[in-house]
Amino acid sequence: MSAVLVAVLVLLGLGLVFGILLGYSSIRFKVEGNPLVDQVDALLPQTQCGQCGHPGCRPYAEAIVNGEAINKCPPGGQSTVEALADLLDVEALPLDAEDAEEPIKKVAYIREDECIGCTKCIQACPVDAILGAAKQMHTVIVSECTGCDLCVEPCPVDCIDMLPLEPSLNNWQWPAPKPGIELIATDRQPGIALEVKG
Amino acid sequence: MKNTIRVHQFHGGIHPPENKKQSTGAPISLAPLPSRIILPLQQHIGLPADPIVKVGDRVLKGQRVAEAIGRISANIHASISGTVVDIGPHPVPHVSGMDADCLVIESDGQDEWIEHQGLPDYTQLAKPELIEYIRQAGVAGMGGAGFPTDVKLHLGDDHIVNTLIINAAECEPYITADDMLMRERADEILGGIEIIAHLLKPLHIMVGIEDNKPQAIRALHDALDKSHLNLDIVITPTKYPSGGEKQLIKLLTGVEVPSGKIPADVGIVCQNVGTTTAVYRAVILGEPLISRIMTVTGESANHKQNYEVRIGTPIADLLNHSGVDRAQMQRLIIGGPMMGITVTNEQIPVIKTTNCLIAASIHEMPPQPPAQACIRCGMCEQVCPAELLPQQLYWFAKGKEFDKARHHNLFDCIECGACSYVCPSNIPLVQYYRFAKAEIRKEDDEQRKADHARLRFEARLARLERDKIEKEERRKQRAIEAAAAQAAKKDAAFNKAASPATNNPTDAGVPDLKQLKSNAAIARTKLRKAEKALANAQDKGLDGIETLQATLKQLQLKSELAEKAYTEAQQAPAKSAAAPETDLKQLKSNAAIARTKLKKAEKQLAAAEAGGEGDIDALKAQVVALQAKSADAEKAYQAADSGTVSPVAIDTSALEAEIATLQGKVDKAENAWKAAVESGSPAAEKMAAGVEKLKEKLTGLQAELTQARSAVQPAATVDTSALDTEIATLQGKVDKAENAWKAAVESGSPAAEKMAAGVEKLKEKLTGLQAELTQARSAVQPAATVDTSALDAEITTLQGKVDKAENAWKAAVESGSPAADKMAAGVEKLKEKLKGLQAELTQAKGHLETNAEGKAEEAPAIDLKALKQQVSIMRTKLKKAEKQLAELPEGEDNASLMAEIEALRARHDAAKASFDAAEADKIAAAASEGIDLKQLKIDAALARAAVTKAERALSKAEQESKQSLETELLSIRAKADKLNATLERFSD
Repeated sequence: MSAVLVAVLVLLGLGLVFGILLGYSSIRFKVEGNPLVDQVDALLPQTQCGQCGHPGCRPYAEAIVNGEAINKCPPGGQSTVEALADLLDVEALPLDAEDAEEPIKKVAYIREDECIGCTKCIQACPVDAILGAAKQMHTVIVSECTGCDLCVEPCPVDCIDMLPLEPSLNNWQWPAPKPGIELIATDRQPGIALEVKG
Repeated sequence: MKNTIRVHQFHGGIHPPENKKQSTGAPISLAPLPSRIILPLQQHIGLPADPIVKVGDRVLKGQRVAEAIGRISANIHASISGTVVDIGPHPVPHVSGMDADCLVIESDGQDEWIEHQGLPDYTQLAKPELIEYIRQAGVAGMGGAGFPTDVKLHLGDDHIVNTLIINAAECEPYITADDMLMRERADEILGGIEIIAHLLKPLHIMVGIEDNKPQAIRALHDALDKSHLNLDIVITPTKYPSGGEKQLIKLLTGVEVPSGKIPADVGIVCQNVGTTTAVYRAVILGEPLISRIMTVTGESANHKQNYEVRIGTPIADLLNHSGVDRAQMQRLIIGGPMMGITVTNEQIPVIKTTNCLIAASIHEMPPQPPAQACIRCGMCEQVCPAELLPQQLYWFAKGKEFDKARHHNLFDCIECGACSYVCPSNIPLVQYYRFAKAEIRKEDDEQRKADHARLRFEARLARLERDKIEKEERRKQRAIEAAAAQAAKKDAAFNKAASPATNNPTDAGVPDLKQLKSNAAIARTKLRKAEKALANAQDKGLDGIETLQATLKQLQLKSELAEKAYTEAQQAPAKSAAAPETDLKQLKSNAAIARTKLKKAEKQLAAAEAGGEGDIDALKAQVVALQAKSADAEKAYQAADSGTVSPVAIDTSALEAEIATLQGKVDKAENAWKAAVESGSPAAEKMAAGVEKLKEKLTGLQAELTQARSAVQPAATVDTSALDTEIATLQGKVDKAENAWKAAVESGSPAAEKMAAGVEKLKEKLTGLQAELTQARSAVQPAATVDTSALDAEITTLQGKVDKAENAWKAAVESGSPAADKMAAGVEKLKEKLKGLQAELTQAKGHLETNAEGKAEEAPAIDLKALKQQVSIMRTKLKKAEKQLAELPEGEDNASLMAEIEALRARHDAAKASFDAAEADKIAAAASEGIDLKQLKIDAALARAAVTKAERALSKAEQESKQSLETELLSIRAKADKLNATLERFSD
């Protein structure tokens, strides 16, 4: 009887000790915010375009951590989806967009002759890439533009175009080689191989 | 020829057919003058050059047409003379086949050189200047990447360069440009090497050359063996790609350049032979880099040879010149067959890095057979000179697993093409690597851009948040201000409504004196009207007198209130010291008015009393009130006046003149008045009043004058003698007046009283002047030496007078004379005077003493010790006397002894007082130096005690601890000495 009592007491004591330890460490080593959100946010293209239905990349990162689908980022393309799948260890879904092709990099361009200087696009730009003032002509700082096209909608005179970046010697890159015939020479004449084998 | 240096090995490598013999048959020939040249603004990695000529400008051969911007950038020079016809996009030698900005110059056929001059003695130039000279010439690496040479020459600044390697390997098939250059221009190469060696100061120079160029080796030996440099020509076995920078370094030195590092990090710098000639031409001849040696070869070319070609020559010109059969030409390659690029546009120009042009026939370079599957044979690994795993990299590139490719050191691949060359499946491996590299670079770039965008986005959000908060705060502030303004408005409205009833001017801020005055005046006039009406009614016996009386009462009340408010408002600024802008004139006039009112009232009272009619009590009360008022007004005026006069410089002379005229008037008036009095004229009274007024005015002016003078005195020398004479004359007047008065009294004249008043006034004046005199003197005293002896003499005479007067008084008392009282008063006065003089004397002496002390700090005027001694002597004497008194038997006459004791006690007290004072002075002097004398004394005593203690301890201590005790004693003693010295300074 006493042995049982001792065992129960010992287990009870151990439970108490570890409970206190865990409780203390959960307070002492509390992690502020979710570190996973930061990791997801780092993979997103930061265009802040809102095409995923969230007001910016970070909100979408938070939503992904909370279980939202990872394929809602058209600017990131399939590569972003795959990177996210890799990080979160989930199935890489096909990109949920109208044209599932790899997105073409575009930047906003203001037809400066038509600009009336309303500053509406400046207020819309999430990265402050539009330069201008009231009643003054506006222009896009190309190197800062993320191509989110959020400035196109507010323009009252429709003078903003999304143009693909002009290819130049500086942004040219080697294309992927055309895939060759993925068969070895002997495979084309199966008989020979079989003969050799046989 | 044999190597003196052991040649090392590098991994891999291939032996493709050389095809070099075809183009070495003929010597280098000058390519024909092109009709136009095309100069791409970017011919290498780094930044494009900036054109400094305009379309239409005429340029000369060797003229700089585009300027380097940034560190990794090179100048571009015109290679012909002619006119700039275009600056714009043009096909350039690039794999993409894209256009880039170029400068197009149309030749004028004259080939006119710009004025240029070399630097035969470049060693005289400072290194940075020499490098800048080379940079100006636009020299860039002629071997491959076209890296600006000046950047490499600066490597000696932050790296220790042990070895300079001259790359003469030229391992790629077909190309013989360096070979022919070495055969024909070995001297230029030597010159270039010397310049580079001068800049980099390497310990060892090695020229690496493949053994398939025996003629070039011989020529080099002929030229370089003369050199005084520590230079070796190292012959390496022919193997592709021994001309690669890292491979050649491995071959010659056995050192492997670590991944991601440059050769300079291991103390090695590589330069191409072509570059050495360019450096030589730039420095010695002053010719910028405008031409280069270039091989034109290939089966479809008729004349396969090397040409000296101007930079910018379209390749079509060269093809035509060497008779290329376009029909036979299947591929046109710029560079070698392994690393070159295939071009289609013949308008592409020759640039600084173009070393070969291959017009290949179909037989020579058949089209690449279709790629097949990788069979994992591993041949690519066998030949890779960078010791990578090409097959693995291929799989990663194909599967777009770029991260893995990166981790397999993809970026160490030199894209030599050896793996593709040996691949049995004809897989374009290098293309895969290039693609993978580009993708990785793009990803990195995008990541960088995304991070940048995130930063900007967050900054924007923070800014918006900040703006919002600021806006909110501004809004709140505005709301508070508006509320305050509203409240103030309400208050003001309320005050406006309340002020006429309460007559409280302080609440409304600045009291409106004028308004109040006019209010009071209106009330007064109303009152008077009412009074008149009442009088009229009473006279005529009309009805409604009661109502009139009631109105009158009301009006009186109102008028009183208004007047009260007005006077209060007037006095408020005078009373408040904080209001500095008191209207002095106003105050003065107030005082005068009050005075006149008082006088009137007094007259009225006198008249009433004389006539025995009217309410005398009421009048008396009024007089008392007026007197108080007058005194108040005067006080206010004086307070304000004394506060303000000092800063203003007053023109005293004008005042003096005014006083003189006034004095004249007064005298005249007085004479007239006296005459009137004597003749018993009834106008005498009025005249008296006028004289009174004039006199008042005069005294006012005089007061002003004295004030002005006192204000001026501190600055100017005071004329005390003038004051003295004034006093003397006044004294005379006083005496005369007194005599006159006495006479009048004796004769029972009615004017006696008046005269008495006049005398009183004169006396006042006299005392005023005397006060002034003393003031002036005291002002002069601190600066001048004070004549204390004169004061002493005065005091003694006065003392004598006092004694005499006292004696006389005693005599009078004894004789029961009625004049005794008066005499007592006189004695009292004299005594007072004496005291004043004594005070003056001590003051003067005090001044002297302080002066003396100020001059000699260390020598105090008062001998403390002497004083102390005196005190103690006095004490002993006193005690003795007391003892004597005590010892005397009872009942005996001890009065004289008592008196003696009394005197001794007084003396003792005096001595003690003087000693105390002196000591206090000492303490004060010490305190002025920040030392508390008492504390100092205590400290010194303690220190002394510590010293004795330590000494005692030392004498008792053991041998071991003696040393420490000794040092301790020394420090204590030093401290005590210091304290004692300080104490001595203050206590003699």
